[in-house]
Amino acid sequence: MARAVVTVPAQAKRGEIIEIKTLAQHAMETGFRRTQTGELIPRDIIRTFRCTYNGVEVCRVDLHPAIAANPLIAFTTVATESGTLSFQWAGDNGYTVTEIAPIRVE
Amino acid sequence: MTTRREFLVVTAAALVPAAVEAQVDPNLAANRKAAFQEALHRITGDAAVRRGRVKVQLPPLIDNGNSVPLSVAVESPMTAADHVKAIHVLTEKNPLPDVISVALGPRAGRASISTRVRLADTQTVTAIAQMSDGSFWSDSAEVVVTLSACLEEGLI
Repeated sequence: MARAVVTVPAQAKRGEIIEIKTLAQHAMETGFRRTQTGELIPRDIIRTFRCTYNGVEVCRVDLHPAIAANPLIAFTTVATESGTLSFQWAGDNGYTVTEIAPIRVE
Repeated sequence: MTTRREFLVVTAAALVPAAVEAQVDPNLAANRKAAFQEALHRITGDAAVRRGRVKVQLPPLIDNGNSVPLSVAVESPMTAADHVKAIHVLTEKNPLPDVISVALGPRAGRASISTRVRLADTQTVTAIAQMSDGSFWSDSAEVVVTLSACLEEGLI
């Protein structure tokens, strides 16, 4: 059910700055909306996102209810060496998703 | 400036669970303002925030506040000695002031992030960048929202 998509260039030159786009499938329920009977819909959001490049942290993001559904996070990193980029999302109700993307650096 | 009374009300509302929270009107302008100031203080402490170096990109007119493209870019060489440590985005009139906080390092290459946010009202969106030397820089963007996010049931 839980899905995520990441866009990473398959190969890059050493020292090049590459752009990474990530998209996670999640409703990001704010906790401020009510049902028709007036009950508050409990908050259910992704709380954190983390990207590591061969184990080194590139960025760490704290998300709040003000992030739109299916959160898109785009950022950059320096292509230093061939290896894998790892992406981790974690949120309410035990939501965790991990994605891995390989990269070849010449 | 937040008075002691306003601060106590906001803090109590934040600490007490749902049952009591439901009785406190979260839409009071004063509460929102206090919450914004508190969030700002939590990020910057007592350090001065200067304008510049940061650039917030938002469409000036927004039809649908449920999904608004937002990008923040900070001028920085992003070396080990001089880089952006964190970027925070705050809003003035959303039910919660925090939008996103990004912790960066020299490995990011460029201090630029993009995401999509929800905006509850016509308001000012502020981005604050924390540099590795401890200084804070900011930029804000005024946006007009015609259909607001998360408050369809007429809470405003």
